[in-house]
Amino acid sequence: MKRTSLAVGAFTAAAALVLSACGGDSSDEGSSGETSAAALEGTGPITLVQGKDVSGFIQEILDEWNADHPDEEARLIELPESADAQRQQMIQNAQAQSDAYDVLVVDNVWTAEFAANRYIDELPQDEFPMDEFLEPVINSAKYLDKLYAVPNSSDGGMLYYRTDLLEAAGIDAPPTTWAEMIDDCEKINATPEGEGIPCYAGQFEKYEGLTVNFSEAVNSAGGVVTDDSGTPNVNTPEAKEGLDFLVNGFTEGYIPKEAITYKEEEGRRAFQEGRLIFHRQWPYQYNLANADDGSSEVAGKFEVAPLPGLNGPGVSSLGGHALGISSYSKNKASALEFIKFYTSKENSQKYLELASQAPVYTSIYDDPELQKEFPYLPVLKESILTAVPRPKVVRYGDATLAIQDAAYGALTGSLTSEEALAQLQTKLEELTAGQ
Amino acid sequence: MAVVEASSKKPKTTKSRHAATVAEEKLATKLLAPTMLVLIIVIGYPILAGIYQSFFTQSQGVDESGFVVEGDQFAGLENYTAIFSGDVGDRFWNAFYVTTFFTVVCIVIETVIGVAMALIMNKALRARGIIRASILVPWAIPTVVSALLWRWIFDANGIANSLIGQQILWSTDGWQAKVAVIVADTWKTAPFIGLLTLAGLQIIPEDIYEAARIDGASALQQFRQITLPLVKPALLIAILFRMLDTLRMFDLPFVLVGPGKPSVETLSILAWFENFNSRFGPAAAYAVILFFYVMIAAYAFVKLLGADVIGEAREQTGPKKRRGLMARVRGADS
Repeated sequence: MKRTSLAVGAFTAAAALVLSACGGDSSDEGSSGETSAAALEGTGPITLVQGKDVSGFIQEILDEWNADHPDEEARLIELPESADAQRQQMIQNAQAQSDAYDVLVVDNVWTAEFAANRYIDELPQDEFPMDEFLEPVINSAKYLDKLYAVPNSSDGGMLYYRTDLLEAAGIDAPPTTWAEMIDDCEKINATPEGEGIPCYAGQFEKYEGLTVNFSEAVNSAGGVVTDDSGTPNVNTPEAKEGLDFLVNGFTEGYIPKEAITYKEEEGRRAFQEGRLIFHRQWPYQYNLANADDGSSEVAGKFEVAPLPGLNGPGVSSLGGHALGISSYSKNKASALEFIKFYTSKENSQKYLELASQAPVYTSIYDDPELQKEFPYLPVLKESILTAVPRPKVVRYGDATLAIQDAAYGALTGSLTSEEALAQLQTKLEELTAGQ
Repeated sequence: MAVVEASSKKPKTTKSRHAATVAEEKLATKLLAPTMLVLIIVIGYPILAGIYQSFFTQSQGVDESGFVVEGDQFAGLENYTAIFSGDVGDRFWNAFYVTTFFTVVCIVIETVIGVAMALIMNKALRARGIIRASILVPWAIPTVVSALLWRWIFDANGIANSLIGQQILWSTDGWQAKVAVIVADTWKTAPFIGLLTLAGLQIIPEDIYEAARIDGASALQQFRQITLPLVKPALLIAILFRMLDTLRMFDLPFVLVGPGKPSVETLSILAWFENFNSRFGPAAAYAVILFFYVMIAAYAFVKLLGADVIGEAREQTGPKKRRGLMARVRGADS
């Protein structure tokens, strides 16, 4: 399996090189995809293209499908674990107009870019239970109100907190505002159990995670990065208060200095080793930090709450993946059927149970049985329902770098918050000018 | 090299020698043709295609229905002029400076350490195999893997910090990121210079040193007057290779420190970034500029320091050069 995926990857990369190099003369071929949704035809074997399957659970679902569809066999093509590398290979596949990829597992921040570039086809909304998905989740799979992918997993940030430390300091509920959180930390640091433990961290290394954390801080203070119509409006007093929460964290010390190097895993290590009181993190950390095999020192000593904000509960950024059909697939009818099967409620529940992936159906969150097994479900649902998608910008790669440049500059002290936001506003206006 | 000497030994009449040369040349052409063809396909074509691509742009705008306007437009030299102006220009010159800085600093450090390694490997009598193997291990490790290793070492709570007893955040943007990259690069590639220098050291005949010792040359004099000049051709090739390599440095800063950090952003990373955002024309333009930069640097290096590296290596084994060197050694002693 691995070998094929490598070979295919290498081939498409080579093909992409050749094609992109001589792409100058194939300019007017693209118009064929213009008649949207209607043309999902062709049956036959298909491929499911996604990042490395760390859960080992996807092959099981594929086997199930293959047993019922011997002529439309689905094969898994694993791309590298890093999201950037996945995106690049999918784009190369589209540039090469290759039919090697049929069903693409698309990160929700790529939806606009992939749709606008016609890398993926529009899907018929009436064939999917649109009302049963969590609303922000299904919206993140749309571009200009047309459906381009069907969600199969979601993700929202939550505040992990140490119940034992809070208890020792006599605090009975997790904080809902930043001020409360900082206050709680001071109380906890005054107790013998909590002495010297840093207060809070998220993902502040200069990568996609910083875009997430910056957007959350801005949104949680009542600001926006881009407004509903996609127009940038980030140079506001609200946005400044959000950014200042992070900047002051580093200068005043309620965020440890080393958190500027934290991605998800560095932060998880710190939390699991008991080096953080509060931690903004995705749901995947819940089971790992609760493992009682000795890998975590905080097993059973933490809970989750909604993210705190400036004047009340904060706002999460929305993560998650959805399945789209490559425009250059030859077996689009099979691909559509496969997507329906793969994103069914049954499979979404299995995905939660076997791979701890946040489900996309409202009813799964409300299932009392599942809530017993996954106590974080209600918090996660709340987090996703109030979540704000990251900016839907066709030139997302440039936009996210502009956000990271500004946020990183402010956090490391090379820019003031005002400078950072003014610079970001100008950059984002340039990037969305043609949109 | 043996062939060269052998053929020059046989005196023949001019005519038959000429005929033989022509026949040999024909055979050589035939034998080389497949290799040349492969080289044209894998090196010649991509270079030309890259240059061609650099004259086109990909539209970034969208039409009324929200789709990106497709197709490449001919842009002439626009991709190149854009690189040198405004914000993009600042970014380019920063990357240019960073690339050059890494090349100069890394190569100087690596050469010093590499030559030292070669001398040790050459002199070590006992456990020679083990010493050589252990010095070469870093070179055998893929760059990405060694970058990951060093990322752990330079982690906020890593070994590097616990050794120096204070917390330096190596992977944050700034001078410390540069230091991290230089240390990791030196660790990885000093052995390469060591290996090539060792090959050069091993062809120096022992009798020259013997003669020098008899004439009373000190160890330092022997090193400066015999070892360095005789190992120079091999060392220059090693440095040239390293220079070509370092000028296109990408994986080490990308993995060890991360993209988007100006202090370690090399020209290759800039080209990658443009390509990553589906701007193949500008990406190709960066790559072409880097290509010419590498070419000019290599040419200047060869002209200033080594003349023709291949020719010199061949000449050096000839009897004339040997005599010249012996004379030089003696001259230095007197």
